[in-house]
Amino acid sequence: MSLVEPRGVLTEPIMSFLRPLALALALVVPAMAAQAHSSHDGDLELDHPWIAETPPGAPTAAGYLEITNHGDSPDRLLEVRCSFADSADVHEVVIDDAGTMQMRPLPEGLEIPAGATVKLHRGSFHLMFMHVMERPVAGDMIPVTLVFEHAGEVGVMFTVQKAADGGMDMDHDMDGEMEMESGQ
Amino acid sequence: MTTRRLVVALGILMLAVALGAAALIVRYGDTDEAAVQPVDIGGPFTMTDQNGRVVTEQDLLGHPSLVFFGYTFCPDVCPSTLAEIAGWLDTLGEDGKELAVYFVTVDPARDTAEVLGQYAGYFSPRIVALRGTTNQTDQIVASYKAYAKRIELDDGTGDYLMDHSAAVYLMDDKGVFFDAITFTATPEEAVAKLRRLIAAS
Repeated sequence: MSLVEPRGVLTEPIMSFLRPLALALALVVPAMAAQAHSSHDGDLELDHPWIAETPPGAPTAAGYLEITNHGDSPDRLLEVRCSFADSADVHEVVIDDAGTMQMRPLPEGLEIPAGATVKLHRGSFHLMFMHVMERPVAGDMIPVTLVFEHAGEVGVMFTVQKAADGGMDMDHDMDGEMEMESGQ
Repeated sequence: MTTRRLVVALGILMLAVALGAAALIVRYGDTDEAAVQPVDIGGPFTMTDQNGRVVTEQDLLGHPSLVFFGYTFCPDVCPSTLAEIAGWLDTLGEDGKELAVYFVTVDPARDTAEVLGQYAGYFSPRIVALRGTTNQTDQIVASYKAYAKRIELDDGTGDYLMDHSAAVYLMDDKGVFFDAITFTATPEEAVAKLRRLIAAS
C-alpha cells in the first residue's frame, strides 16, 4: 500500500516514520473492532477510511472508504454515528450530463452486494457529517461507528487527510483494482 | 400481374420512406452540430466579495478568469473542486499569475461574507468569494446559464442542500465564455485547458 504524506503537515523525519505506523494502526484497529462488534465474523472488509480536512468554520465534512463484502449475502450500511459532528448520514452525489451536481441522503442506506466492493469516493457516495463541532485537521484520527443491517455496529478509525492527498491515494487504489479486474 | 405491380409499388414506397428517414437523420445531425456552437454563458452581475468590495462583469475584463458556483455546506464536490483549483494555480505558477478565480455562493442565506472568506482563503488567498442578495444571486446564476436549487432535508433539522452546476467556467479577457472544466477532468486536462485560455487572453 502506498502512503501519501499530507502536504506541509508532517515534515520531520520522525513524524514521517510515525505516520505509517499510525495508518497501520488505523487499519488494524477497525479490523479488530469489526470482529468484536460484528455478528457476522469478518465478512466485511473496510479499507482506507479517511475524512477530508475541512476549511475553518466549514459546517460539514465528508468521509470516504471502501467496503468489501466477502460474504454470500448482501449487507447494507444503514447508519453512521460519531461524536465530532451533530449528525451523520450516507449521501450520494450525482452529476448529470448538464453538469449539475445533486447530493442526496440514501434513506434505504447503501447496499453492499455479496462479493462486491463499494467505494465511497469524491463525486459519488460519501459519509456526510453535518454541523461539525471539532474541525478535522490532517493527521487527526476520528472514531466513527458504522451500523450495518447484518454485520451490526462496526467501529472504524478514520484518518484525516488534506483533500488533495486523499484524492491521490484513492486514484492510486482505483487503478490497482482496475488492473486486478482486467486480469481476471 | 396485379400482385407483381403491388410488390413493386410497395418496394418504391419503402425506398421513399427510407430516403425520407435518412434525410431526416442528416437534418437532425446538422441541428445537433449547431448546438455545439459557443453558448451564451456570462453577462451582467453585481456581487460583493469577502472584503466588501463590489464586483461586476466589468472586473472580468483584461485578464482570464475562472468562475465556480458552490456553497460551504457542500462537503464533497465544492471543497474538492476548490482544492483542485488551488493545485492548478500551483502547477501554472508564474504562467497563471493573471488568472482571477471567483467562487460564487448559491447559498447566500448561510454563507456570510465572513464564512466565505475563511472558506475560500483556506484553499488559496487568490480565490475571490462572491456573495449577493437573493436577486443578485439569481442574476449571476442566470447570466452563466448555471443552475441552483434548494433541496430540503426531511430530518427535522431545517438543514437543506443545494443542487448546483459543478463545472468550472473559463472566461477570456473580454469576459466571454471560453471553455469549461468538468468535475471528472484530470489535473493534466484542466491545466491544458487553462494554458489555452491564458494563450488566447
